[in-house]
Amino acid sequence: MYFNETHEAFRASVKRFVDREINPNMEAWEAEGVPLHELFRKMGDLGFLGIRYDPRWGGQGLDYWFETVFIEELGHVWGWGLPVAIMVQTNMATPAIDMFGSDFLKERYLKPAIAGEKVAAIAVTEPGAGSDVAALSTRAVRDGDAYVINGSKTFITNGCQADFLTLLARTSNDPGHHSYGLFVVPTDLHGFSVSKKLDKVGLRSSDTAELFFDNVRVPAVNLIGNEREGFIYQMQQFQHERFTILPITYIACRDIIDMTVTYIKQRIVFGKPLSTKQVLRHRLVEWLAEIESLRHLTYHVVRMKTAGLDATREISMGKLLAAQLLNKVASGCLQMFGGMGFMNETLISRHFRDTRVMSIAGGADEVMKDIVARMEGF
Amino acid sequence: MKYDVFNEEHEQFRVQLRRFLADRVTPHAAEWERNRQIPRQIWQEMGQLGFLGFCYDPAYGGVGADDLFRVVMSEEMARCSAGGFGVAVCAHNDMSTTYIDLLGTHEQKLRWLKPCTAGEKVCAIAVSEPGAGSDVAGIATRAERKGDHYVIEGQKTFITNGYYGDILVTAVKTDTKAVPPHKGISLIVVEKGMKGVTARKLEKIGGHASDTAEIFFDQVEVPVEHLLGAEGQAFYAIMKNFQLERLVATILAVSFAQHILELTMDHAKQRVAFGKPIAKFQAVRHKLAEMATAIELNRALSYQCAVQYAKGEDVTKEISMLKYASAEMVNRVAYDATQLFGGYGYMAEYEVARLYADLRAVTIAGGTTEIMKDIVGRLMGL
Ligand SMILES: Cc1cc2nc3c(=O)[nH]c(=O)nc-3n(C[C@H](O)[C@H](O)[C@H](O)COP(=O)(O)OP(=O)(O)OC[C@H]3O[C@@H](n4cnc5c(N)ncnc54)[C@H](O)[C@@H]3O)c2cc1C
Ligand SMILES: Cc1cc2nc3c(=O)[nH]c(=O)nc-3n(C[C@H](O)[C@H](O)[C@H](O)COP(=O)(O)OP(=O)(O)OC[C@H]3O[C@@H](n4cnc5c(N)ncnc54)[C@H](O)[C@@H]3O)c2cc1C
Repeated sequence: MYFNETHEAFRASVKRFVDREINPNMEAWEAEGVPLHELFRKMGDLGFLGIRYDPRWGGQGLDYWFETVFIEELGHVWGWGLPVAIMVQTNMATPAIDMFGSDFLKERYLKPAIAGEKVAAIAVTEPGAGSDVAALSTRAVRDGDAYVINGSKTFITNGCQADFLTLLARTSNDPGHHSYGLFVVPTDLHGFSVSKKLDKVGLRSSDTAELFFDNVRVPAVNLIGNEREGFIYQMQQFQHERFTILPITYIACRDIIDMTVTYIKQRIVFGKPLSTKQVLRHRLVEWLAEIESLRHLTYHVVRMKTAGLDATREISMGKLLAAQLLNKVASGCLQMFGGMGFMNETLISRHFRDTRVMSIAGGADEVMKDIVARMEGF
Repeated sequence: MKYDVFNEEHEQFRVQLRRFLADRVTPHAAEWERNRQIPRQIWQEMGQLGFLGFCYDPAYGGVGADDLFRVVMSEEMARCSAGGFGVAVCAHNDMSTTYIDLLGTHEQKLRWLKPCTAGEKVCAIAVSEPGAGSDVAGIATRAERKGDHYVIEGQKTFITNGYYGDILVTAVKTDTKAVPPHKGISLIVVEKGMKGVTARKLEKIGGHASDTAEIFFDQVEVPVEHLLGAEGQAFYAIMKNFQLERLVATILAVSFAQHILELTMDHAKQRVAFGKPIAKFQAVRHKLAEMATAIELNRALSYQCAVQYAKGEDVTKEISMLKYASAEMVNRVAYDATQLFGGYGYMAEYEVARLYADLRAVTIAGGTTEIMKDIVGRLMGL
């Protein structure tokens, strides 16, 4: 009903890639990390990294439905670290370059990102500023034909492997939201360093880093758009970021439930398969009902975006619902695996460790609620 | 709230234990987690200082202390910033050696209980199997009597202290045809060095300092003197001891939750967003209030149960209620805590992040939430 034959053909090619190139490697990547350059190169060749972007820069020039198909298929990956790494490249660090960047920046950074030749990261959060983005203190000071950047960023996904960062920094001391600039910062510049690789509860196939900027001179041409409007650009870029959790969640949750149902059908306890236990059956159905609603909220959002409408309210609601649903399903299904659920050799244990972050990163639940309340006018 | 539960001696014991944990455990916890092992020396030190087996008879190294000392112990174990450590010690102290005390002969106690109390040997309880966890009566590990030996064949899994421990109090079927099947279950002490016993270590989501193993018994010959109590009587002993195990699990859960709440309060008071400490936001304040409320409710009932249990009363229904309520509660508290820590709550260097992972086991181990509800329902006459 929502997807035509071309979408389905595209879906099949993404699925093939996930089945052949990603899932068989997940175990190793969880242990050792993912060689992103190698993987992104392959994805770039297949046109997966620039689905919506202009063919001038190597993109496919396709619509939001194709993007949705792509993200849905990432929901079949056995773990969340890698999908997050990929979505940073496609939906978190590059949309602002696409929307507001100069042709120079598109040629120089967007194009190789789409080709999978350069790995991107988004650097907004700082040790002292997460939910409260405007509190960030990394500074970019104009000096001749460059901006000099000083400060630090933390929790940066792909931070250890990135070739460039889309970075938000303060450009003025004036209060209000028009005092920030969004920059493309290559990581080979003098003064840039990865100060720490962070060890996490989960997302082991994704690297997360603390970054340090000591008088990093970024060419002025690397500024995205206007030097006073970075905050506004980032708020728009966040919509692309937050949207990703919707499709991936209803697909992954469905997979987790299917996997659990397979298990409880063959697990005999007190002489009967666990799947005959009413409390377990009912619990699964509650989640399925929520999964179905999330799916349709998502399709509604895609329609809104396709029609050129602002979907911030719906995306924020969706991010909130999706993250909570995901945590509920991962933990609840783990329970149905009993003791096996707590063992690393069972895939559900990875889902449990990985999904906790989803109601924190990319805008915490509380932040989503505040956004919606404000948009509702109260 | 001040509860009238502990006397002076309990409190002295608490002070000593707390000091020991702060000196000898907390500073090394991260290393033990990394190594996935608790050094033997700690067990010995605990034994020497009287922190193990204190409830047992002086003949076996104990001091005949009452069960409320176990409560104090569990409370302190949860607060020492070493997730798996407390579980390992409680498995030894409250979940396995207890069977030797309950069912063992004088000789058996001298042989196994005494070294456990001294911290020279580490004890485990081996009931769960790949095919039987909730359904204890469904175990398949067999012990066949052959002259003056039993020959054990089968497999156990998820056994705490099963890899580095020495003594396995093992549930076996000595009669596979018993009706009902639970009447065929017996407990036999298996020593780890015995021929045919092998263990595989399991990697878990958390609780890393504590080792958890799969154990294989391949034609293991065990002298009949290793049988604890009479053949076919073990199921009742297990069900009885489960009350203590679950009470201890509850105390641990409440104390872990309290510890997490304190860490989170500190964070929420310091962490500034939008110009003020996040604790000043109503939603955050209410969340912290909910945590404190849930903890206090669980604590009150758990103390009441502990007191009655220590007097020898049957509080199976309330302990079953508490086991699941407190386990669900501490998981909720850990979830909310990681939320309030923001990104830091997901970083392994933060204690709340590690505890979030460690504690996921508590709604499963020692009887799952669903099984507890089934028991409560049954005791309600349903
Ligand atoms: C694995 C991981 C990957 C990440 N990747 C990136 C990345 O690639 N790039 C990047 O820039 N950032 C990244 N982040 C950072 C992430 O976006 C932030 O952690 C998140 O925005 C929360 O900020 P914080 O950690 O500073 O928490 P805080 O802002 O300190 O929030 C702490 C708690 O207080 C609550 N709170 C805050 N304000 C209010 C309020 N007004 N009312 C009620 N409650 C409130 C929050 O909801 C939260 O529960 C990542 C984080 C993680 C964990
Ligand atoms: C960290 C850890 C340490 C452990 N340590 C030990 C130990 O030292 N010694 C030992 O013997 N065991 C130990 N265990 C095992 C533990 O006791 C079992 O995992 C537990 O009893 C559940 O059994 P199971 O894993 O076989 O799950 P199952 O019995 O297969 O249950 C799977 C799921 O089905 C649910 N379920 C079962 N029956 C019903 C029903 N009738 N109605 C509705 N739902 C139902 C359960 O609640 C659970 O959610 C440990 C487990 C863990 C995780």
